[in-house]
Amino acid sequence: MWLPTYATPFERASRFIVLSFAICVLLFLIAPLFVIVPLSFSHDPFFTLPVKQWSLRWYADFFENPRWITGIINSTVTATSTAILATTLGTLAAIGITHPAFPFRKAAMAVLISPMIVPIMIVAVGSYLFYGELGLTNTRLGLVLAHTALAVPFVIVTVTATLSTYDGNLSRAAASLGAPPLSRFFRVMLPQILPGVVSGGIFAFAVSFDEVVVALFLTGAEQRTLPVQMFSGIRDQINPTIMAAATLLLALSILLFGTLNLLTRRT
Amino acid sequence: MNGTIPLSHHSASLEPPQAEPARKPLVQFQSVKKSYDGKSLVVKDLNLDVGEGEFLTMLGPSGSGKTTTLMMLGGFERPTSGHILLDGKAVEKLPPEKRNIGFVFQNYALFPHMTVAENIAFPLRYRNRSRAETQARVARALSMVHLDTFGDRKPGQLSGGQQQRVALARALVFEPSLVLMDEPLGALDKQLREHMQFEIKKLQVELGITMVYVTHDQSEALTMSDRIAVFHDGMIQQCADPVTLYNAPVNRFVASFIGDNNLLPCQLKLADKDRLRVAMADGSELDAINPPAGRMKDLSLSIRPERIAVAGKTSSPLNNRFQARVGSLFFQGDHVRLTLEAFGSDALVAHVAARDAAGLRAGDRAAFEVPFADCRILEA
Repeated sequence: MWLPTYATPFERASRFIVLSFAICVLLFLIAPLFVIVPLSFSHDPFFTLPVKQWSLRWYADFFENPRWITGIINSTVTATSTAILATTLGTLAAIGITHPAFPFRKAAMAVLISPMIVPIMIVAVGSYLFYGELGLTNTRLGLVLAHTALAVPFVIVTVTATLSTYDGNLSRAAASLGAPPLSRFFRVMLPQILPGVVSGGIFAFAVSFDEVVVALFLTGAEQRTLPVQMFSGIRDQINPTIMAAATLLLALSILLFGTLNLLTRRT
Repeated sequence: MNGTIPLSHHSASLEPPQAEPARKPLVQFQSVKKSYDGKSLVVKDLNLDVGEGEFLTMLGPSGSGKTTTLMMLGGFERPTSGHILLDGKAVEKLPPEKRNIGFVFQNYALFPHMTVAENIAFPLRYRNRSRAETQARVARALSMVHLDTFGDRKPGQLSGGQQQRVALARALVFEPSLVLMDEPLGALDKQLREHMQFEIKKLQVELGITMVYVTHDQSEALTMSDRIAVFHDGMIQQCADPVTLYNAPVNRFVASFIGDNNLLPCQLKLADKDRLRVAMADGSELDAINPPAGRMKDLSLSIRPERIAVAGKTSSPLNNRFQARVGSLFFQGDHVRLTLEAFGSDALVAHVAARDAAGLRAGDRAAFEVPFADCRILEA
């Protein structure tokens, strides 16, 4: 495979080793899927492999249980709000920070990106204490704000990347033709950087949808998101419904990143 | 847009336009200075008027301040000090969208997500034109640049020359008082460039547009302009019509930037009312024109290569005659390019008619001549 016809036996052997190693790493990364997905379709109430009898009963269970449904609704609302807020703020920040006249650009960028690097526990405890003072714990607004802070760096990174290929003369041309600033942004710049903005929005949605630590701290029973529900589900009763929930989350992630891939390929 | 087009001085005569009625100034730069870092000036004290209906070219090497000047006029840069007047009103604080100036960019800056027709209709959107009028104007603009059937295409489907025409149509469709162009033909090949030069010039004359054009290509500037402002070091070295600029450059920079030129060190030997004589580095003497006003040191004599002829082939009695050794000959088709050893220089360039150079060989000594009126003394 991909070897020149004149490869020496040593080259063939080393190529074989590299290839085997790579396959092992990939298998290791996706191995959990081989457990979770089959188990979610198993009839047995115990986690046993191989699956003896196939069934959709845990999916039925999932969709009949109001706690799971609330989780899905909460997660969707929170992630959508976060995506909208983070995309708006992150895009504005990216446009500002790439402006040639922006002072202290590197320092500002480091601060904006910091939520990506700061340990999640610190963010969670910090926002718990701070939002408690403001009365934002156990509210959806609080959770959305905290998730937005976590998601904004992803938007900034993707939008900054597309902005680096944006031709500033387009905005200048629009200005010379009479377009005021807002009009220049919506009619000329946004259509050009849209793939980056949408990618950032998808990242933001995924960050919020999968996030569990901050959500555990900030949510009460009413705002409980899907990952929080899964987490408490594991603690309370071990039940394959959680495998169905996990498989559904996985399917959503694949869908989101498939969309992302299509978007980046088009540009 | 009728059939007869009065093309300006270009075809008619090669004399500098005499006492043209003064045009009403549309653009005025008044002591404009620009610095990006607060220390060095990119534009140093610029004073320049552009008349209504005039085609003015700002010519200069890169970094000479010409593009910065254009950007300030377009509203994309603000002068550090001084004023820019448009139709008598100071505009230096006005944003570009309020200036009503058409701008053609070097890379065309067409909106890639819009069709050609949408691109051209873009400025009309901000001028409250009815749907019908917009369509009519877009159609007229497209036909003006010979792209009638291209309205539905995206810019990416057009060739460079076609994109350039769309950019031109878009900058003209809203009938701006002034059109600025920043090296608009820089990306085109030579043939297309020459064709577009002609078309732009024709449109400018037909529509009576005031145009300020930036280029570093001197032949482009000579072809198209009513006047050329030669920029160097953030200053206008000379602003004049192409013929004056070529024949009577005011300093060494202009003399060597516009066309080929020989610049030879010389000293003033005799200066009275009707005769000016200079001594060259090798001691020979020549009659010259343009008496230096101030400094007498470091004078140069400027002689265009094509004004040097093989002796005996011209009849004017006022010629300077000199002996020179032929260093090399290069056949150029219509002329022969010679390098001569004379006046203490071993690289005096002369362009002589191919048939006059017929008998010459490298290494020959021969007599040449140059009219005294083509030997110009330059101080700086």
